[in-house]
Amino acid sequence: MAARTGAAVAAVVAAIAVAALGVAGVAQEKDDAAKSIEAYRQALKDGNPAELFEMAGEELWKKPAGPRNASLEKCDLGLGPGVVEGAYAQLPRYFADTDRVQDLESRLLTCMETLQGIDTRAHVEARFGTPRKDELVALATYVSGLSKDQPVKVAASHPRERAMFELGRRMFYFQAGPHDFSCATCHGEEGRRIRMQDLPYIPGKEGAAAGWTSWPAYRVSAGQMWSMQWRINDCFRQQRFPEPVYASDMTIALSMFMAATANGSTMATPGIKR
Amino acid sequence: MASIRIRAALVAAFLALAADAGAQSWGPGADDKAFAEMLRTGFRNAGPVSVDRLVQDETQAFCSDPVASGSAAGAKRAEQLEAANLATVKWPADGKFLGDWRAGERIAQSGRGLTWTDAPSQANGGNCYNCHQISMAEISHGTLGPSLHGYAKLKGTDERALREAWAKIWNSKSSNACSNMPRAGHMGILKEKDIQDLMALLFSPDSPVNK
Repeated sequence: MAARTGAAVAAVVAAIAVAALGVAGVAQEKDDAAKSIEAYRQALKDGNPAELFEMAGEELWKKPAGPRNASLEKCDLGLGPGVVEGAYAQLPRYFADTDRVQDLESRLLTCMETLQGIDTRAHVEARFGTPRKDELVALATYVSGLSKDQPVKVAASHPRERAMFELGRRMFYFQAGPHDFSCATCHGEEGRRIRMQDLPYIPGKEGAAAGWTSWPAYRVSAGQMWSMQWRINDCFRQQRFPEPVYASDMTIALSMFMAATANGSTMATPGIKR
Repeated sequence: MASIRIRAALVAAFLALAADAGAQSWGPGADDKAFAEMLRTGFRNAGPVSVDRLVQDETQAFCSDPVASGSAAGAKRAEQLEAANLATVKWPADGKFLGDWRAGERIAQSGRGLTWTDAPSQANGGNCYNCHQISMAEISHGTLGPSLHGYAKLKGTDERALREAWAKIWNSKSSNACSNMPRAGHMGILKEKDIQDLMALLFSPDSPVNK
């Protein structure tokens, strides 16, 4: 397993080097560069390092922890206590017990509190890439893997889900900060790029699916596993906004906007990205 | 405690602006009050970036509702906002529009500055290549904005062309209220000298833009 991942990472490094050499400065070579990036993405699908995070997440899910020394195996992610298979594909959704619409990561916090007795404030506060957030990312990666190839089932039919969708749509167009950026600045038109990076058009089903169904994802360039919360966090950093509060309604609203727009598409989690 | 007061003031300011914007494009549950509460609980200060960045100016508030801003009533309001933004343009104090195109190329390449992970002491970039093709030697360019290659050949180099480009970089909303382009001078992203250098990248006959 580790050897396989090592070989995959080495292949990526080689592919990046080849791509970098290949892009010497003529317009014609642009297509070649995009093709070689796509080629190493394809090659990596055989050995996505996300598998390691799925394994770590499964261990965390099953290991007794917290003041109550309980595992998360009885966690209700929307399909009943302990049902993980297919759970990520039907999130975010309304939960009567918390009276909130929740995404996967906010629901994980709920289960850590109710089942394990953990005060999760430190998890919310922690920066991404530090141990408490690493736990949540691994758990999210594990859960997401058990929805791979399943259809997205987020119809936003409950009034509270519908409201969350509308709030997310409004947030998507909300511009502020020194650069006047909103999500829509980059993701509001079809077929655009930032530098060499293709930008999904999120208000359309295809673009929403490109985003929603591929996170959590292993980011090759950073060598990190990112959850959807981390993805949204870094979008806002680049937008020059203040930092999103982890698992806040604002982040869940944006996820609801994406997931419901992508309803019926096929989950491809965990993904792999440049 | 102080931060709670600031946040309450933010919400009040947001509600005032939202009320001013008029027609609502948002469905049930996304009314101004619910949205303001979501913003209040959704963000925190980080590094040098505080939540006061969520307070919109009139242009940002107008452009955050694509249905209202795209309407017939919106077109009239857009003209007013363009005039107001044009009035903010500061022309070069020394009368020189053009600086050093090589320095301009470095500024165009840089996407640094003003995020919560950037040191406030570091120089801000222009983010230009993120969206525009500029020098043909740089193939890693975005397509959110039009190609700027051959700019001076297309626009000429007379006073009118220089002033048009200066106004666009200083405050892009002076000619298009809801342009995706940042207002580099108006918002303090770039300094006057940076804009002179970017202008040289666009207009200098030696610049790769015009080769």
